[in-house]
Amino acid sequence: MPHWLVEPGLWSNAAVHTGVTVGVVVAVVSAWVGLFTVLRSQSFAGHALADVATAGGAGAGLFGWSPLAGFVSGAVLGAGAMEAIGVERVRQRDVATGVVLGAATGLSALFLYLVSLNSTNSGTTQLVLFGSLFLVSSTTLWIVLGVSVVLSLVLAVIGRPLLFASVSPDAARARGVAVSRVAVLFTLVMAVTVGLSAIVLGSVLSTALLIGPPASALRLGRGLAQTAFASVALGAAAAALGVVVSYDSFYWWPSHRALPVSFCVVALIILELALVNLWRWHGARREAA
Amino acid sequence: MFSSFMTNAWLVGTVVALLAGATGFFVVMRGSSFAAHAVPNGAFAGAAGATLVGVTPLVGLISFSVLAALGIGASRRHRSDVATALALVSMLALGAAFLSLSAAYEPQVDALLFGEILGVSSSQLGPVVVIAALCLAALAAMYRPLVFQAAAPDLAAARGLNPTVLEMGFMLTLALGAALTVPVVGALLAFSLTVGPPAAARLLTRRPGVALAGSMGLSVLTLWAAIASAYQSDLPVGFFVGTYSALVYVAARATMRRHARRA
Repeated sequence: MPHWLVEPGLWSNAAVHTGVTVGVVVAVVSAWVGLFTVLRSQSFAGHALADVATAGGAGAGLFGWSPLAGFVSGAVLGAGAMEAIGVERVRQRDVATGVVLGAATGLSALFLYLVSLNSTNSGTTQLVLFGSLFLVSSTTLWIVLGVSVVLSLVLAVIGRPLLFASVSPDAARARGVAVSRVAVLFTLVMAVTVGLSAIVLGSVLSTALLIGPPASALRLGRGLAQTAFASVALGAAAAALGVVVSYDSFYWWPSHRALPVSFCVVALIILELALVNLWRWHGARREAA
Repeated sequence: MFSSFMTNAWLVGTVVALLAGATGFFVVMRGSSFAAHAVPNGAFAGAAGATLVGVTPLVGLISFSVLAALGIGASRRHRSDVATALALVSMLALGAAFLSLSAAYEPQVDALLFGEILGVSSSQLGPVVVIAALCLAALAAMYRPLVFQAAAPDLAAARGLNPTVLEMGFMLTLALGAALTVPVVGALLAFSLTVGPPAAARLLTRRPGVALAGSMGLSVLTLWAAIASAYQSDLPVGFFVGTYSALVYVAARATMRRHARRA
């Protein structure tokens, strides 16, 4: 690796190793799940579930449970509450998501306050919100890897019917697809994905990786497989490069204040989207000429 | 509970709740909860940026929330939820970068996110009242066209109402309101008041005028109850705002269901 690209010590650092691996794994699953989130216009739910998962994580911290269990069960409970309030019409879905999100942020405020009373270590809020890839343990890595494989397989099985149900629910119903059951199953898959990514990356990056790469890919690909591949590749690239840039940025200023990973990854995702748009615009102009 | 140091909290809280109830009525009607959640986060990034550069927080709050609102409003037509999500994460990521560069200490961040209503000073009171009055006036001016557009979009367009201009006007009001509420009740909780009570009010009545008044009334009651509970229990206000807002909505749903069964 040339020295100007990667500052010394990047690969010899075990925490960075684990961080990059987890980041890429989560980015891949998020980009795959997020493709359907974008197609089904469920971005708000996808984002809200990350915040709900955060409340679960903060609650788990309070009772001394495993944060991973807290994040995931929080997300699943939130998804259940959204479904219970009603999601038939788009506008109802908007309100249902909003009410659940509001209640969850209230709970987060309570849990974080109680945590701050009981412990002396500060930074809980920022850690929960923005996460830290560099604090992932190697046990967490294996759990994340296992859950990711299961999620990807479930989505691979329901992918086709889900796509059908998303594009034309009536036609899918007529062909015998259990539309509402597939939809609930997808919301669950999304909830677990988001819960997983919220714990390792924070709720900000969780949404960025869920929505950004699929939004770019949908402007590029034709067909499910091609779009999914583009989405996964863009997500993984942004996650890996983001960690490297964040690590490098430590050396950019004399003050040695590194840019947060979340900022670097989000910036790269927006850059990807801008490049894709530019490329499409260029292509359209050439076709017109 | 009504001692002198609490006076500011009650006053500011009431003003913020009235504004949130009024804005929320339109937010729920237009189905733009996601934008209402994203814009205050823009304000959060702005406050963090202002700390870094060393200007008054209000400048950062207003400029960034307006930026977020315009970005979301401009792409309203196609896949608005994706644009909103991307605007939201960009703002939060920028906020994170500003914070880590300026090395602000954590209580400041917590205050921006969850608010510090009990710590409102008398000097903050004036600007809050002025900006709230401006926003309410703007909403009053847009009331008829916005309701018309929500009820019959095609007819409204045929009558010459420009949807983009309306959208921008509404988003700007939302942004100004967010810049005002973020330092008081926090980015995450300004949102709860904007969705729960207004959604409840809309369930309870079909007449838009009554729903608007009901939304503002429920929002004020929710916040009053939250402040009183926080004072009594010594727990954060945000917790009570969040749960009470959701409870108001659930109670409205339960009432509706009872009525429907009886009818």
